[in-house]
Amino acid sequence: MATPVPNPAIQNVNKVGLSKADYKGLPSTLCQGCGHNGIAAQIVAACYEMNLVPEKVVKFSGIGCSSKSPTYFLGRSFSFNGLHGRMPSLALGGMFADHTLKAIGVSGDGDTASIGLGQFKHMVRRNLPMVYIVENNGVYGLTKGQFSATAERGLQLKKQGTNPYLPVDIAMEALISNATFIARSFAGDPRQVKELLKAAIAHNGIAVLDIISPCVTFHNHENSFHSYSFGKEHEEPLHEISYVPPKEDITVEDFEEGTTREVVMHDGSQVVLKKLEKEYDPRDRWQALHMLEEAHSHDWLVTGLIYVDPEVPSLFDIYNIPATPLNRTPNSKLRPSHEALDEINRLMF
Amino acid sequence: MSKRDLVVNDFCITFSTVNGSGSATANTTLMRALFKMGIPVSSKNIFPSNIQGLPTWYTLRLSKDGYMGRVEQDDIIVAMNPATLHKEVQYLAPGGVLLLPDDLNFVNTRDDLIIYRMPVKKLIKDAEVPPSLRDYISNMVYVGVLCFLLGIDLDLIHQALDFQFKGRQKPIDQNFHMVEAAYVWSKQNLEKKDPYLVEKMDGTDDCIMTDGNTAGALGSIFGGVQFTGWYPITPATSLAESLIEYLPKYRVDPETGKDTYAIVQSEDELAAIGMAIGAGWGGLRSMTSTSGPGLSLMSEYIGLAYYAEVPVVIWDVQRVGPSTGMPTRTAQGDLTQANFISHGDKNMIILIPGSIQECFEFGWRAFDIAERLQTPVIVLSDLDFGMNMWTSKKFEYPDQPMDRGKILWEDDMEEFMAKHGGEWGRYRDVDGDGIPWRTLPGNRHPKSGYFARGTSHNEDTGYTEDPEKWETIFKRIANKFETGKQYLPKAIADESQKATLGIIASGSADPAVQEARDLLAKQGIKTDYLRIRSLPFDTEVEDFLKKHEQLVVLDINRDGQLNQLLTMTYPVYSEKTTSLAHLDGLPLNAKWVEKQILSLLEVK
Repeated sequence: MATPVPNPAIQNVNKVGLSKADYKGLPSTLCQGCGHNGIAAQIVAACYEMNLVPEKVVKFSGIGCSSKSPTYFLGRSFSFNGLHGRMPSLALGGMFADHTLKAIGVSGDGDTASIGLGQFKHMVRRNLPMVYIVENNGVYGLTKGQFSATAERGLQLKKQGTNPYLPVDIAMEALISNATFIARSFAGDPRQVKELLKAAIAHNGIAVLDIISPCVTFHNHENSFHSYSFGKEHEEPLHEISYVPPKEDITVEDFEEGTTREVVMHDGSQVVLKKLEKEYDPRDRWQALHMLEEAHSHDWLVTGLIYVDPEVPSLFDIYNIPATPLNRTPNSKLRPSHEALDEINRLMF
Repeated sequence: MSKRDLVVNDFCITFSTVNGSGSATANTTLMRALFKMGIPVSSKNIFPSNIQGLPTWYTLRLSKDGYMGRVEQDDIIVAMNPATLHKEVQYLAPGGVLLLPDDLNFVNTRDDLIIYRMPVKKLIKDAEVPPSLRDYISNMVYVGVLCFLLGIDLDLIHQALDFQFKGRQKPIDQNFHMVEAAYVWSKQNLEKKDPYLVEKMDGTDDCIMTDGNTAGALGSIFGGVQFTGWYPITPATSLAESLIEYLPKYRVDPETGKDTYAIVQSEDELAAIGMAIGAGWGGLRSMTSTSGPGLSLMSEYIGLAYYAEVPVVIWDVQRVGPSTGMPTRTAQGDLTQANFISHGDKNMIILIPGSIQECFEFGWRAFDIAERLQTPVIVLSDLDFGMNMWTSKKFEYPDQPMDRGKILWEDDMEEFMAKHGGEWGRYRDVDGDGIPWRTLPGNRHPKSGYFARGTSHNEDTGYTEDPEKWETIFKRIANKFETGKQYLPKAIADESQKATLGIIASGSADPAVQEARDLLAKQGIKTDYLRIRSLPFDTEVEDFLKKHEQLVVLDINRDGQLNQLLTMTYPVYSEKTTSLAHLDGLPLNAKWVEKQILSLLEVK
């Protein structure tokens, strides 16, 4: 059962002898056209191309549509679907069991920026080595369409009306909490997502990927063809509520660096994408901060690697733990000797 | 005074001071000296939730018979705090002794007291103590005076100071010099008028002096704790801090120089339990320590661990609730909270140590139970055990090897699958005992990985909403707890008096119950006693209920929570059961128990 040996007779295997199928999970139960499915596909591609052994990867997630998605990739890997907003603590404990594993955490904007903002920031300041993906769609999907903390002010949703609050910027939160790797991408730009994932997997420390991942079902306009009110008029109304019509995945053609582009979302709204300029230095925190501010003021969705410092010690570099995983420690090393207890008893005075 | 009237090794001293004035050193120094003399001695520190300035009482009970419970009245009071002097006088037993600084303004309202005035300021001045240390060292004056009055050998005080300051000569000398000066002054100026004396005896052979939080931490270390996530909270803080103190001494691998453990102070209790559960899932012996408010925060994660079947140990060092309650006072008020914690149906394993020695024992045993049954285990200690110093039997080395439960690594997987048709499923009950086999992250066998979750799952961890599959898993978990009872510490019954009246209690109620039984026996009242040590209850509890004509259940809480759980589990016996519940934030005392039982019997 050790690492499979590459067999040259078999085509389409990577350097550890695995085919892409070895990285797949179960079929997605999310909506067709959901950005999250595209991200799962890129995780499969990135891990395959990075030649990771699935048993050397451990997946974590919180609660929400995003957090269901670890089911849809790396089916052979261990995984723990935890509590809403509290995946970071679970992952920290789990990683102490075997710090040689690669951890991939999948969260959403509600899971990270609302209920989980505290654990998110503390995970970041501890520099837990983990690829932490936020599948960010500005809306609660599983509970059917409430504003999340990343929804922009003025956004209109069918049942919720107009969002009165300013959004939380996950990349900004990560930056001011001293994250050592911060990237932002768009699920409709698979090539970039994959490239950033690979860089994140290679990073020794926390790698925050804020990926804008459109919700095709709840983040749309009232007069949209597939809206609740439209369906009510044209379909069997009692069952329309849970019916999710098929849609195409959002895709964006690759664009030149330094240019801006408007992307039409499923609900018809537009987002301006701006690729990072060539001269942008992702090791400069001040520049990163300035760039995020500028993006805010122009309503740009700036994607790419925002900040990275590969030299900061990770959580496990700080602890004096052995190279062998702690969960492989034999019992004989865990219980002190009779002599140790005799000494303690002598000292208890 | 005739020899007959002397009171030897059987009295109680209370030190009334101001919080933050450094009296702890003086008080524990005295306690250590008495312990060294072989006198069973216990302490109760009644302190405020405050750093400096509010009144604090520290009581030392000397008991030649070995009683460790709290007593209501003081025989000797050292009154260093003018603000509470009037109260102190009320608590003194008839003919009691009052020691106070000579400059304290005091109008004596009782004519039975023996009063000694101590020239604290003058002695401090003569000793040329640096101004910054004056307040601290002034407490050593009463140590010296008491040494003279009670007959404590100064050499023992020196040994105690040497231990306290870990051999650092300067503070040892400074403090000891003050004790000596006060002793000499007492010898020259005081005439002993009171009957209280100490004498060497052999009551502390094979004993140690320690507190329950230290014991719990050390027990956990000998249980092989590998991960601790914790958040500071009174009165549990010193448990995690004891881990931090002792783990580097006893759990660094001599071969590699690497730690075989990790401790993380988390941002809150939500994260502390999350980390501990993550580590438990990963195969580490994992724990957290907290008190009531923290346990409330942990409840959601504990429910997940129960259903995803993750071993984890949670120490709850109880304080008085609800809400912030009284953080520095003791109670057994979290019992029903622990039992019913988190939503949905479940069984929670609770261990209740009834002594300091058991705090150590349950420290290691909790991991064996958690890993064997793949479930959270809550250890319910309390402030009285956790933060007070006790004379305890020595810690005993674990009498059985670690039980890591059903874990499959790579080779085990091959063997297992060969035996079971080439298959393994995380939640399959292949042994019929309700306990499935688990694999751990990092296992390289391609069939070992699985998806843990709190949502409904089938036996192979797949998400399902199939009612039958859900019910299968849920009933299997219930069965796991049935077979699991054999691993829990049994309730201990003392039926030596063959009584018709049975007393049931748990945890830190034990010292008071034991003493009360002796007090009752002296009056010809026989009692049997069952000390509950774990939940869910097992057959020996029902046997005791069945056997006795009349039952009383003692609780250190308002609502009689132990009685509530017994009544719920065994409703048929509830008619012959009386709940004796008491909650004032203080440890239970034997006189109260005696009085309650006497009045109950009178009514009958």
